[in-house]
Amino acid sequence: MTELASTDPLPKPKRDPLPALLPVVLALVMLPLVGSTSSWVTLTVASLAMGMMIFIMASGLTLVFGLMDVLNFGHGAFIAVGAYVATLVLLPLAGWMQADSLLSNLAVLVPAALLSMAVSGALGAVVERVLIRPVYGQHLKQILMTTGGLIVAEQALYALWGPDIIPLPLPSSFRGSFVFGDIAIAKYRVLAMLVGLVVFVGIQLVLNRTKIGLLIRAGVENREMVEALGYHIRRLFLGVFMVGSALAGVGGVMWALYREQVHASMGGELTVLMFIVIIIGGLGSIGGCFIGALLVAMVDNYGGFLVPKLALVSNILLMVAILMWRPRGLYAVTSR
Amino acid sequence: MSDLLRLSGVHTHVGRYHILQGVDFVVPEGQTTMLLGRNGAGKTSTLRTIMGLWQASAGEIRLSGQRIERVATPDIARLGVGYVPETMAAFSDLSVQENLVLAARDGPMDDGRVEWIFGFFPALKRFWLSRAGSLSGGQKQMLSIARAIIEPRKLLLIDEPTKGLAPAIVGSLIECIKEIKRGGATILLVEQNFHAARELGDKVLVMDNGSIVHRGEMAALAADVPLQEHLLGLSLETHQ
Repeated sequence: MTELASTDPLPKPKRDPLPALLPVVLALVMLPLVGSTSSWVTLTVASLAMGMMIFIMASGLTLVFGLMDVLNFGHGAFIAVGAYVATLVLLPLAGWMQADSLLSNLAVLVPAALLSMAVSGALGAVVERVLIRPVYGQHLKQILMTTGGLIVAEQALYALWGPDIIPLPLPSSFRGSFVFGDIAIAKYRVLAMLVGLVVFVGIQLVLNRTKIGLLIRAGVENREMVEALGYHIRRLFLGVFMVGSALAGVGGVMWALYREQVHASMGGELTVLMFIVIIIGGLGSIGGCFIGALLVAMVDNYGGFLVPKLALVSNILLMVAILMWRPRGLYAVTSR
Repeated sequence: MSDLLRLSGVHTHVGRYHILQGVDFVVPEGQTTMLLGRNGAGKTSTLRTIMGLWQASAGEIRLSGQRIERVATPDIARLGVGYVPETMAAFSDLSVQENLVLAARDGPMDDGRVEWIFGFFPALKRFWLSRAGSLSGGQKQMLSIARAIIEPRKLLLIDEPTKGLAPAIVGSLIECIKEIKRGGATILLVEQNFHAARELGDKVLVMDNGSIVHRGEMAALAADVPLQEHLLGLSLETHQ
């Protein structure tokens, strides 16, 4: 038997470190521009924390689009629902939240986050079945259905919880800052960074070390071939949609605590930002979504500090610049 | 010899196009049936319809006697049908190993089976941990076929495995498929390369305009130059 093409040079695994270096380069470039080291550290930590929270909320969105080509403009609803559901635990147990004990704080925060994930995930299953499934492959209808779903969800939240903004103070253990000389790092931002990193590492482990993860990565690239290998991609998609919704829910809790308030339109307000992140990152790419979220947050924070008037358009400018460099995003994993 | 696959009066519409227009044929068990025809004759559409990727709008498809024309693609695959598409469709973001892990859906890969495949395709062993996206066209085609045979399948549907490959690689690929044949596999093979078809085929079907216009022994068609010219617009001598 001829050794088929075995004389070809051994292909090297393709590595593409440039996008991953972008946040580092951007942070270093900003150091002299910001001037003060303490301000730079504060802005950088704020960017990382904000980026991690956006990543948690947007990660499901990018997988949902990559896997099934579904444009879910209603993803923000899961963020708001997650935040509101958390208030069911956090507000009645406000005493525990304000106790000067990390354990007491966590004893409320963790169940609140888990409940938010469970409710958002379950809601995701219903939305996938009722709204998304009838409009597979029809982008215009997907936009109409999911945007309509977002409006209905927001109005339902107003009807259930009332029109007023609900204040949500940080737990006492996460108020204040760690102070190192003249540098102050907000405790909650450190928590947000840690949770974001855990979620990122967890998703990477699932995607790279489990068969389900391989199926998701393969499905993002060629769902028809995954079906031809004997796997029901729609069941897989339902699972991904539920997990993505659950992550959006817990991201909503974190975002609400970050802003110290809950309101029904908080998810809708983040929708454009999340789409910018997943487009910058490359639709379907978790790594790209992670870097995109960090870049968006950095541009928002540094830009807001240096040129406040640019804040409104800074993320759009970032997206334009990235797409001019890489038209399919930082890490293109689909042909879309 | 029993018929493993039988299509009776199969029609397929894609959008407003009527692609398959009453396709009838059988694929005998343990043999290689070639599906030939000009571009656009409906060969790939036939494989996609059998695989359930396009649903037949009329007619019957039976696999081992069981009707499958309304069965979902993953369930058809689980009935024992392996599919190698024209586009190769190796998952480029996954390594060679990961591509095969996915294809071995019944559990961990069988080491003996993997070694058997390495016997056909030594390059896959060499590039085991490389991303499939970094492989050459021929290597991707090897991977695509390896994926279809990593577990025993009743029927292999292979769509133009030699398309776009260098002649030396085509020769090797033909040898590989012969090895798979010797293992007793039943194959329905779409091919434009008549030389490959002559080497591999036991039976032959020729399609034109969405229906079967000739069926018979591959050796008989290979020996009948006027018939080749009539059916395919070429002869074996001019298509080596």
